[in-house]
Order: sequence, then structure tokens, then C-alpha cells
Amino acid sequence: MSEIQFEIDGQQVTATDGMTLLDAAQAEGIYIPTLCHHEKLEPFGACRICIVEVEDRGWTKLVVSCVYPVQNGIIVRTRSEKVDRIRKTIIELLMAHAPDAPQLLEMAKEYGAVPDRYEKDPSFCIHCGLCVRYCAEVTQKHALGFVDRGINKEISFVPEVAAKECPDCKECFPLCPTSYLQAAYVYAQSLSFPTA
Amino acid sequence: MEMDKVDQIIEKYNGEASNLLQIMLDIQSENNWLPKEALARVSEKLSVPLTRIQHIATFYKAFSLVPKGRHKVHICVGTACHVRGATRILDTVEDSTGIKPGETDLDLKFSVETVNCLGCCALGPVMEVDGKIHGKMSPNKTTQALETYE
Ligand code: SF4
Repeated sequence: MSEIQFEIDGQQVTATDGMTLLDAAQAEGIYIPTLCHHEKLEPFGACRICIVEVEDRGWTKLVVSCVYPVQNGIIVRTRSEKVDRIRKTIIELLMAHAPDAPQLLEMAKEYGAVPDRYEKDPSFCIHCGLCVRYCAEVTQKHALGFVDRGINKEISFVPEVAAKECPDCKECFPLCPTSYLQAAYVYAQSLSFPTA
Repeated sequence: MEMDKVDQIIEKYNGEASNLLQIMLDIQSENNWLPKEALARVSEKLSVPLTRIQHIATFYKAFSLVPKGRHKVHICVGTACHVRGATRILDTVEDSTGIKPGETDLDLKFSVETVNCLGCCALGPVMEVDGKIHGKMSPNKTTQALETYE
């Protein structure tokens, strides 16, 4: 495994080939905010909160650090005027869906996001995919998945599998940033697999 | 849908998970829609979780998870057809079939959908049934055309 040297927030860091920027930063104790990241799961790149600025041979671009591989000689800025501004907008957009999510409220404070900047569309789920991916990758029970697409995308339980697996598992419950998962579970259960 | 038929389709693609989409398309065109039992069978034979199949089946417009009629009626409501009176054609179709866009009648005869352009604006207003274009429609011609389908 070859070593990769680059800079994050003015600090020289060494990482191994194949790591992501987020991995490297976390290994060095440099904080980058995340929502859809989970150490046990494959990188997903859904929430975009972990966006950072990368300077490569004089060119600056914005990348999503949880899915961007480390690279020799780049200069990474986890906070800058631009990163902060964009992160603020991402938080505001997510808050249109999940206005009361504790993690979002906290981030909103940090980045000065205005919770009701965008018209409310409380679908509550922010499509972080933590529940779906945890069920597929870690517990490998595949009790719930995404259905539909775009603005209609939502999580959906497969009743037969959920009835059998979920009551004794529920490991995904604490992962949901918005509590929508718990609500969706109760709803699906009462409709399609009521237990006495 | 008979499970034998589903098995045959799966067999045709050697039961490979990489052919999942093609298998689903074949079931869709064979049966007009994807019954849950058929998808459960595919899931089992290909060792692909039902959640994944469910995601694909809801992602593409080509799939339907509810029964579809024998005849697919598409009413163009694009700009050109709209100004040429597509609403009246749609009203007529709704009256004579008894269903609205997105619905299928109880006898599984018709499924009605609106579309945004069929690419033959000069023929507007256009109604397409099972891929056949009926151009320059009037409410009268629409009723007559629908009556020719069994
Ligand atoms: S229900 Fe919660 S955990 Fe699941 S995708 Fe939506 S926000 Fe994420």
C-alpha cells in the first residue's frame, strides 16, 4: 500500500491509497460534519454535509469528502467562506424536510442556517440511507429498502421480512437522524404485520 | 401469472442476478404487470433481496406493480395537443372507459395514461392505443376508435 501525503487545514497528513478524505481527516482527529456516514457502512455520499474544498495544482473544487479518494499533494480546506456558505444551504434544504432533527438543529447553530429559509415540506426522511444500508450491509436482513425516485422516494418495509426480523432487531432505530424511521416502522407494522 | 412462466424466463437468463432488469422486463411484457409472487420467485431464484427488486420496480416507469389493462391508451396533453383540444379528448376517454389517467378498469380492458408529447404534434390532438397513433381526434372519433378494441 502506497502512502499518500497531502494537507488538510494547513496540517500535513499521511494516508494510505484508497482511503477517502473523510477517513484521512478522522484518522488525524480533524472534524468534518457528516449525517449519512457510518463507520460500518460503505460510503454513500447522500447528505453532502461533508463537502470540502480541494485545491489541486492551483485549481479549486468542491468535493464530497466521504466519497473522494485521497490524492498526493492536494490542499484540503474543511472550512472556508465558500464551504461554510454551501454547507449552510444544504442544512437549510434538509431542514425543509426535517425541521426538528437534533443533528440539523445543532449544525444550523454552527453555520448560521435559517431553519425556515425554504418552504416546509415535512417528509421527515432525508434519504440518508442509514437504515436501508445498515439492514442490507450489517444485519443483512433486507427488511426495508427505498422505493420510487426523486421527490417521491421513500423507505418501505417488506412486510414478510420485517414481521420476522424487525421485532428482535431494531438496530437501525438509533441511526435515523430524524426519527422518521421509527414512525414508518410503527405505521408499517400496524398496517401490514400487526402483532397481538 | 403462472410460476412456470416465471421460471422459464429466469431459466432463459441462466438465473443470473446480473440479468435481473431483463428478467423483470420480460415478466412485465409477458404479463403486463409484476405480481408480488413473481417478484418473490425472482428474488429467491436469483438470491437478490426483495428490497432491491422493489426499488427497481418502483424506479422505472416501464414497470407496474398493479394490474394493467389489455390496451394501453395514451392521451397526449403536450402543448400542441393541448391547444388543439386534448382536454376534450381526455374527457371523452374518461367518460367512455369510466377511468381516469393512471387507472385501469375492472375488466382489465383499458389502462389510461396522459403523456407529454408523442412527437407528432401536426396530428394533434393525438391518442395512442397499444402503440398505434390516432391523429386529429375529435370526441366522436375517440369514442368510435375505443369501441373497436375488445
Ligand atoms: S428513515 Fe431516517 S435513517 Fe432511514 S433514510 Fe430516512 S432519514 Fe435516513
